[in-house]
Amino acid sequence: MGKIVAVTGNEAVANALRQADPDVCSLYPITPQTDIVQRFSSFVANGLVKTELINAESEHSAMSAAIGAAAAGGRVITATSSQGMALMWEMLHIASGMNLPIIMPLVNRALSAPLNIHGDHSDGMGARDTGWVQLWSESAQEAYDNTIMAFRVGEHMDIRLPVMVCMDGFIVSHSIARMEYLEDGEVKKFIGPYVPKNPLLDIEHPKSFGPLILTDLYHEYKRLQHEIMGRVKNVVLQVSDEFARLSGRKYGLFESYRLEDAEIALVILNSAAGTSKDVVDELRGKGIKAGLLKPRLFRPFPYEEVGQALKHLKAVCVMDRADSFGGYGPMFMEISSAMYQADGGQRPRLINKIYGLGGRDFMPHDARGVLLELVEIAKGAPVRTVKEYIGVRE
Amino acid sequence: MSEMIEIRWHGRGGQGTVTAAKVLADACLSGGRYVQAFPEYGPERAGAPLRAYNRISDRELRLYCPVTNPKVVSVVDASIMDAMNVAEGAVDDAIFVVNTAKEPAEIRKTLGAKATQKIFTVDATSIAINEIGRPLPNSPMLGAVVRATGLVELPHLSEEVRKSFGKKFSEKIINGNLKAVERGYKEVREG
Repeated sequence: MGKIVAVTGNEAVANALRQADPDVCSLYPITPQTDIVQRFSSFVANGLVKTELINAESEHSAMSAAIGAAAAGGRVITATSSQGMALMWEMLHIASGMNLPIIMPLVNRALSAPLNIHGDHSDGMGARDTGWVQLWSESAQEAYDNTIMAFRVGEHMDIRLPVMVCMDGFIVSHSIARMEYLEDGEVKKFIGPYVPKNPLLDIEHPKSFGPLILTDLYHEYKRLQHEIMGRVKNVVLQVSDEFARLSGRKYGLFESYRLEDAEIALVILNSAAGTSKDVVDELRGKGIKAGLLKPRLFRPFPYEEVGQALKHLKAVCVMDRADSFGGYGPMFMEISSAMYQADGGQRPRLINKIYGLGGRDFMPHDARGVLLELVEIAKGAPVRTVKEYIGVRE
Repeated sequence: MSEMIEIRWHGRGGQGTVTAAKVLADACLSGGRYVQAFPEYGPERAGAPLRAYNRISDRELRLYCPVTNPKVVSVVDASIMDAMNVAEGAVDDAIFVVNTAKEPAEIRKTLGAKATQKIFTVDATSIAINEIGRPLPNSPMLGAVVRATGLVELPHLSEEVRKSFGKKFSEKIINGNLKAVERGYKEVREG
């Protein structure tokens, strides 16, 4: 069985990547991701993996090299954060458009300006429409588990899509916590050997990647991408079930925490969900029927299942650690869509709070304050404002 | 120990405070406990005040935020007490462990500690200079914190220090640190 350790989120993810033993890793360092590629580089240098390392001169080049290597027929990884992924942006679309199952940990960090190295979800939310599968992680354990599962999801023959695995910069990436490693052999067996699909290096069968397609078939090509995304959900569930049998740790499309009999709830991603669960327990102890929904698979978004899980509630606050300036928070838009389509037209009252930008601490009292506001809204109090920043220094 | 223990470390960049929090987390991992160790990240500069935190619990730890109401406050550099109130938010039965040559009673006065709070002092810098040859007070402070809190047994802590320092340092430095841990453990005084 596995080994209990106390490690940082970055160390945990670096070890998941080592256990996957990819063919190629193209990289460019950026805080707070640096620690992952630094550790992985030493695995390469010490012969612990057979990976070919490409030190690129920018993230745009790192993703370009990853695309080339994946099209050639290799299992390929990279990792990034914030500005790094912003620079990759055009290449992200190319990776997904060519159906290349590149695996990329994204250590979530704020975007400039002003310059800030700390954790928020602006980078990951900005990649919402790039055609990548996104798995989000609360802890080092979840980031490690999701990274291992990402290979199985992305490389599944029904899908063949790139996957980004998100975890909070510094809050998880640089904090030491107890977690459990699986054995190298178990992970190797679980992930399995890489099976290329239409590899360029199969020179007996020449082919083209990314050719010009104009008004004749581009539209159909994009519909195909839409259809492939529709298959991801079942693959994620199937891989997660298999992973649960191996590890004992169960994952779904999202985590429902004390939601079944709840009247109010938070929808909240990543590490702040952990902090909020302790507050939910505290309020439950006082007779307040609070619950929590933590999304895991954000792209594709499981609208129907989330709608079902939330529709019986009286009031819900969607917490966003990113803003879509001039719009509601990105998670709020998804939850609103899910609730509008929910069966029976039954739906809770929804509010949106923006919290924790640029690494501003999210404390238990922040979660408590929002839940207590929901108690009042559930009783019929008017919603003051739909979208509001919390934890602001006035 | 069924409750969660929260520790706040106050030190200055370059004194090994973050390493101390990491080693303590590793040492507490035994016996099925859950642990966290994390610094407060800012512009890292040698000599600048910094904080680091530990949580240790029998139950899964889900809090991802700084410690604001510590049960244990470990002051690795006493000069920080001139600049900020290290007692801020400390619980009523908090334990303070301060690196100083002064008597616990004097530190109690400086901190304005409550009667229910315990004060421990240890001259960790002198121990470090004697045993390691450099003013790196983290090892004796670890010994003192473990003695004051009873979180783990001394031999177990020493084993973790050996494991952690063994990767980077010579046998001489490791042995100096082990002696420093032991002296911190033995020489810490309560008052």
